[in-house]
Amino acid sequence: MRSDAALFELEAPATLDAVLAQIAAEPGKYTAIAGGTELMVALGTGRLVQRSLLSIQHLDELRFIRVEDDAIHIGAGTTFTDIRRDAAIAEDLPLLIQSASWTGSVANQNRGTLGGNICNASPAADTPPALLAYGATVTLISAIGKRSLPYSDFHLGYKRTALRPDELLHSISVPREFDGYRQYIRKVGTRNAQAISKVALAGIALIEGEVIADIRIGAASLADRPIRCGAAEATLLGRRINEATIRAGRAALASEAKPIDDIRSTAMYRAAVAENLLEEFLRSLMS
Amino acid sequence: MSDRTPILGTSPLRKEGRAKVLGAAQYIDDIELPDMWFGATVRSAIARGTIRSISFGSEVDWSKFTVVTAGDIPGENTIVHLTKDHPCLAHQRVNHPEEPILLIAHPEKSALLAAARAVHIEYDELPGVFTIEESETAVENDDATRIIWEGSEQGGTANCFKKYLMYSGTAAETEDGLAAAFEGADFIVEGEYHTGAQEQLYIENNGVIAECNKDALGNVTDVCVRGSMQCPYYLVHALTLVFNLPSDKCRVIQTETGGAFGGKEDFPSVIGSHAALLAMKCGHPVKITYDRAEDMAATTKRHPSRTRHRTAVSRDGKLLGGTIDFAIDGGAYATLSPVVLSRGTIHAQGPYKWPHLRVRAKAMATNLPPHGAFRGFGAPQSLFGIERHMEKIAKVVGLSPEEVRRRNFLSTGDTTATGQLLSDPVDMQHLLTRALYEAGYHDKIARFAEENRHSTIKRGVGFATFMHGAGFTGSGERRLNSLVQIDVLPDGRPRILVSSTEFGQGTNTILCQVGAQTLGLPYEDVMIAQPDTSLVPDSGPTVASRTAMIIGKLVERVSVQLLETLRCRAGLPANHTAEEFKVCAKQYLAEHGTLTSSLRYEPATKIYWDDELFHGDAYPAYAWAVYVAEVAVDMNTYMATVTRFDALQEVGKVMHPVLAKGQVEGGVAQAIGYALYEKCMWKEGRMMNNQMTNYIMPTSADLPPIHVRFEETPSIHGPSGAKGIGELPMDGPAPAILNAIENATGVAFNTIPLLPEDIFERFTSFTEPGHGGSEEFDVTRQGEFLPEVLA
Amino acid sequence: MSNVTFTVNGNRQTVDVPPMKRLLDVLREDLHLTGTKEGCGEGECGACAVLFNGELVNSCLVPALQANGARLCTIEGVSTEGRLHPIQQCFLEKGGAQCGICTPGMILATHHLLEKYPNPTLEQIQEGLAGNLCRCTGYMRIFEAVQEAAAGGAR
Repeated sequence: MRSDAALFELEAPATLDAVLAQIAAEPGKYTAIAGGTELMVALGTGRLVQRSLLSIQHLDELRFIRVEDDAIHIGAGTTFTDIRRDAAIAEDLPLLIQSASWTGSVANQNRGTLGGNICNASPAADTPPALLAYGATVTLISAIGKRSLPYSDFHLGYKRTALRPDELLHSISVPREFDGYRQYIRKVGTRNAQAISKVALAGIALIEGEVIADIRIGAASLADRPIRCGAAEATLLGRRINEATIRAGRAALASEAKPIDDIRSTAMYRAAVAENLLEEFLRSLMS
Repeated sequence: MSDRTPILGTSPLRKEGRAKVLGAAQYIDDIELPDMWFGATVRSAIARGTIRSISFGSEVDWSKFTVVTAGDIPGENTIVHLTKDHPCLAHQRVNHPEEPILLIAHPEKSALLAAARAVHIEYDELPGVFTIEESETAVENDDATRIIWEGSEQGGTANCFKKYLMYSGTAAETEDGLAAAFEGADFIVEGEYHTGAQEQLYIENNGVIAECNKDALGNVTDVCVRGSMQCPYYLVHALTLVFNLPSDKCRVIQTETGGAFGGKEDFPSVIGSHAALLAMKCGHPVKITYDRAEDMAATTKRHPSRTRHRTAVSRDGKLLGGTIDFAIDGGAYATLSPVVLSRGTIHAQGPYKWPHLRVRAKAMATNLPPHGAFRGFGAPQSLFGIERHMEKIAKVVGLSPEEVRRRNFLSTGDTTATGQLLSDPVDMQHLLTRALYEAGYHDKIARFAEENRHSTIKRGVGFATFMHGAGFTGSGERRLNSLVQIDVLPDGRPRILVSSTEFGQGTNTILCQVGAQTLGLPYEDVMIAQPDTSLVPDSGPTVASRTAMIIGKLVERVSVQLLETLRCRAGLPANHTAEEFKVCAKQYLAEHGTLTSSLRYEPATKIYWDDELFHGDAYPAYAWAVYVAEVAVDMNTYMATVTRFDALQEVGKVMHPVLAKGQVEGGVAQAIGYALYEKCMWKEGRMMNNQMTNYIMPTSADLPPIHVRFEETPSIHGPSGAKGIGELPMDGPAPAILNAIENATGVAFNTIPLLPEDIFERFTSFTEPGHGGSEEFDVTRQGEFLPEVLA
Repeated sequence: MSNVTFTVNGNRQTVDVPPMKRLLDVLREDLHLTGTKEGCGEGECGACAVLFNGELVNSCLVPALQANGARLCTIEGVSTEGRLHPIQQCFLEKGGAQCGICTPGMILATHHLLEKYPNPTLEQIQEGLAGNLCRCTGYMRIFEAVQEAAAGGAR
């Protein structure tokens, strides 16, 4: 344990409005802590730079799953376990269930939140690829109101998001429009459970005849942030699935993937495996 | 009449098991002493150099702290094992990252953090060496700037802690024989095999609490250290030198220990000495516990190794002769490297007949934290070499892996390459047949070959055949001269007194089983004392797979002796009941006050071993094994997974089926980690992945079903014939797994750990130069939980 | 400092601690419930696992303030007046504990698993316990202990 806990402040204002008011009063001073599965590790390793924290873990206003006809709205404070237990999400958004199930252990899923996973903004995070493929929208909230933007515009760079200093992530909305879509997600980690991603790919596709009528691909650990693989999508859209298409898709992915060497894996491995996952996805569409 | 149902061979409840499942077992960090302070260690930030200055930042009120430096050590500034090259605290020179320089203590644990950060040390760096090859090169080039270790009286030379030269016959005979063998060989097969460092990763980190008493003049009169450890008397020895005290003034108590695997064999001498020094200077008991990051970065690991084989083989696959060059990386100080080297040297031959064999072995010094004991202790390293090499021999000659083993196995009445006659029955032919049958090996070879043609998942099977010597090498047990005692408690129950420690492997349980069976008492009535050196004798360290066999046998004999005493002096009848035993024991106590029976080790048969020639009876007994691994290699992700594991071993006597199975399963799991997951990532001698997120140990979701089977060929050396099994399971899995991967993919890999990146690199290197393997990991980019370097 | 009140093993407790103090440290240092262990301090090993409002959590990752009003169960609360819970008995009989340091967390994870899946498949057991690292056993004896507990109707 490499921090003196006595040097940190933590308050838990009773309501979301109270939290937002406190943040608005001193923008940039506070860091929100939900389940703590990232920030408490930083504390333990002596690397929690932020000294003033506000707990949002208890806020019911942020922990909900609301199913409407056209979309499912998930509060930022919803835990991975909440997601795994939800029948509507299981039905409509299986990739989100899958990615929630391999985020850490059961104990960490009981505390970790979807909002925390997104806002921590690691390029290796588990849920962004699925949310990008699904074309999610994020709603940000502050004392002065709400605003929404496409999730694909949320990650601005390495661990940098569109959140203003006075804002919290309120919810993530995912459209319910994937009836008939084929869905694929695969994470390649250092082991089968409790592993940080070396590379992950989420893909959904609508096949009409043998033609790719729509295709969305989200990826982890191929850039400094989670990405939509736009070049691969553009290359594949409207094509018949055959060997030439697969080769073209692989080449397009290779052109936009910029993975790095780090302590967990190498850039070449990540790039090669990402292409293999794309091929695996495309071949699954052939049957 | 008492009921003499055997207790050995059954599975009574673990002696301290109830406390463990209740969460009531007291590990060192669960213990507080009155007035206790906390200690921390300030460590070198560089790999090699001199300390230019140490200053203490004024942001901290140092009057509230106690600081200990090398100058405070009353005795010798040394952590003794075999040589005195290892300082307790660095004085002017540092030789590895994380080397302890000074110690600080304070009543509040949290105050230590800021204090440690406020110690500013300036260094003049010197060039370091970080691999076996770099260390060798410095010697070859006579590069004085990179001679990092000077030599010793114990047979060390520049940069080399120890060398062994082992011949199967006399030197002259063997060299002549080898020359002829290579001359006349149909094939000469060469190979080089590498194994990496491995972290023991016991779930309980190192920790101790020390107390120190002084007389009116301020001289230390005695010290007492309690903590997580395998060998209380090793720490006693270390303390006698650090404090210049006799051993009866250095009391050491082992507390419940949460895993060890060798990682708490030699290392507690360091942390125990440190805590005692702080206790001495601050006048309070001092607790030092490491957090995971410190434990991983600063304590001992398994020795990395390199084995080079050159073998003369006949056209029908028989070994005609061979040379083996075996090298291990010992880190910055000798610690136990000579002994690891010794065991690795002796096991390098595998379970085979060598008409002529020469093994040249050396332990090199590098500027890494000293490597130390880890289950297997040199044997996993050299057995990896021979078992991979036999596969290569099979390929070159055109035989199956099975056939090449069969044509070379040692058998009853044969002599090993150290000249040990195998008089106890050994039947590797049968073990191999049984193991392959139970694993469905032949069927899988055929089936996978067919299925692999149409699948991106390549499946394969492979096996390893091996042995592990139980007990200390050669004359080691005689030199240890273990003493075992048994006494009787006031209520008439016997109590075993040994320094053998429990750390999960079942010491308490099996020794009480032996006692109970021999004494004719229920298992529940036999007690064993907590290892406290003020109470228990030195029965040697809990290492080397010696506890069941050597100490078990001693417990059996001393129990017999106790019975004789009671029969002769207290009228205990033959075929006594448990009640009669208690009555007689209490009667004896009433008359004589105490009842203690003592016995020293004596080998059951003559053991001839020549340390100089490295020849003779290397171990009192061997356990023999055949392990079979089934793997699946996913060619999309290049990940190799073990999908099934079969472990068959002949162990003399299975003393406790549940415990024995648990030992094998746990050892196999650890060895799967050694082979496929656990890579230590070094940067200039510092372990960079010193966290559980980045040092990858298999979880329950990564391990296959492990099928364990035993055979029993009793050995005269152990109770009811038992031989040691603690380390054996570590030896076989890695080569078996890589043999299986070769079967699955057709590609031979000769380095472990074998990561997916390495498999990927090799496969893509068939078309272009290899890249993207695990040697290209960038260890400065940590990823989660630590500051990342921008891409 | 914050005043934090919660229930542990049925007993109401109030402590005055820094709000960011780890729940693990509150349990071990302030309440002297040392059955919950620290193995890694980063939420990887599960040795610190406790039940928090019925859910398994790693107590090294919970700040004390967030435990306010919670109902906690630690290993000390699994047995009743010294009588072993069936899960504990099965671990004891099947060799599920070797060195014992992972055992408290492992037993709580088992308890949590069997509440959700009274008759778990081997895969569900592997997944449910994947967050509890054991270096000694290779997990086989633990799986058997869990299966035995399930067969006996334990929760």
